[in-house]
Amino acid sequence: MSVTVRIPTILRTYTGGQAEVPAEGATLSEVIADLEKNHTGIAARVLDDQGKLRRFVNVYVNDDDVRFEQGLETATPDGAGVSIIPAVAGG
Amino acid sequence: MAAQTVATNDTDTAGTDTAGAVDLGPASALSCRECGERFPLGPIFACEICFGPLEVAYDLPTGDPEGLRKQIEAGPDNIWRYAPLLPVPADVATKPNLNPGWTKLVKADNLARELGVTGGLFIKDDSGNPTHSFKDRVVAQALEAARAFGFTTLSCSSTGNLAGAVGAAAARAGFRSCVFIPHDLEQGKVVMAAVYGGDLVGIEGTYDDVNRFCSELIGDPLGEGWGFVNVNLRPYYGEGSKTLAYEICEQLGWQIPDQLVIPIASGSQLTKIDKGLQELIKLGLVEDKPYKIFGAQAEGCSPVSAAFKAGHDVVRPQKPNTIAKSLAIGNPADGPYVLDIARRTGGAVEDVNDEQVVDAIKLLARTEGIFAETAGGVTVGVTRKLIENGLLDPSLTTVVLNTGDGLKTLDAVAPTSGPSAVIKPSLDAFRSAGLAG
Repeated sequence: MSVTVRIPTILRTYTGGQAEVPAEGATLSEVIADLEKNHTGIAARVLDDQGKLRRFVNVYVNDDDVRFEQGLETATPDGAGVSIIPAVAGG
Repeated sequence: MAAQTVATNDTDTAGTDTAGAVDLGPASALSCRECGERFPLGPIFACEICFGPLEVAYDLPTGDPEGLRKQIEAGPDNIWRYAPLLPVPADVATKPNLNPGWTKLVKADNLARELGVTGGLFIKDDSGNPTHSFKDRVVAQALEAARAFGFTTLSCSSTGNLAGAVGAAAARAGFRSCVFIPHDLEQGKVVMAAVYGGDLVGIEGTYDDVNRFCSELIGDPLGEGWGFVNVNLRPYYGEGSKTLAYEICEQLGWQIPDQLVIPIASGSQLTKIDKGLQELIKLGLVEDKPYKIFGAQAEGCSPVSAAFKAGHDVVRPQKPNTIAKSLAIGNPADGPYVLDIARRTGGAVEDVNDEQVVDAIKLLARTEGIFAETAGGVTVGVTRKLIENGLLDPSLTTVVLNTGDGLKTLDAVAPTSGPSAVIKPSLDAFRSAGLAG
């Protein structure tokens, strides 16, 4: 499955400044692993030491917050948009 | 007064790494609340290492609490009396801003009798701010940061009150504003956000959708050069809520109340009030004594209350469905810290349903002549519930926050608030209505 990942400003040092990058994977977990392959270091920013999503990271697959879905096992259909967003906004 | 470093959060604030060109008074750096990483002052809000929230660290004036207290008491009747403790330049009071704060702390003896509170009950009534909600405090801070960083457009995601506060502050300061709200807010808030002449955009979705949109906009050229008060200016914005803690203590004669009941939307306000109290203690402006912080939510959007009751230290997001729209944030950014503070201080987090919110709005209005918006109904309703549950001690001094004006949420009480009678203009008709005497 080929998806487009939207990268927040604070992670763009890992993507050469690109705001969107392509990635492969049938689940969010696989997409993050693929991101890491091409942009070394980015996975450790999104995942904690236990391999879980950091608590101040929100990830959306299309319009769905993955915390309402299956977390890292959320399916990422072909053509999906994945957005990684800092959670500390708003209020 | 010697300027020495005071640790004002969990991290060591020793040393200064302030960006030279930025004058934000005693603010020295940004510090990650999670991992402690430090960053120069700038329009950033999340830690590059762990995504944790960034907080302002200070070089605060220590060593002469009496002198500082006198300086504050001689200051203006607004939040700038606390300028030495805020991320603002020393001459902040001379700049065009809405100058909010120094709102009334009402001794609510009638309400206390109704609730059985004997230790002193106070309402901190922030409906008295320029746009009738506490949001003027945080926006005033964000405006000064926007000025310092060279922004000329102010923006935000809002549940309504913030949109109005941003629009008004931008108008006063000569900034452009473009604010984003859920499309289905109360009419009073929509009108109040639009009347100041800035751009107001309704988003088809919940507040959490609006917030996500703004977080994406900020990383896009479309939002370049914009100061989003509660995104890229959030570390400074949040500090405005500390002034609630300062004012409450000063108005109580430089004493910390035993118990505070605070509404929770993102949780930022509650965490910053706690930060403000801790600063006052460290600066020697108040006696170091225990206090309890209670958080209040509406049942239809109670992710923090649910986590507190379940004993969790993470907050599972909810999809909001409540009349308390100003608190309808299903994915509260500071939720985990609220849990920490409620547990550390021996407080609690509780929620009330919409019917109880309306009852509490009317109770406060009937007993104290204060017409609160739905968030005020939540805090008063939760106070009553906490007393009934034995969690809040009625023999202790208690401060309950009302963060907004009931005129903004008329729909909540309109169905049950109307004329006692409609009569002909005659004495007989009035007599017949049974209202005489």
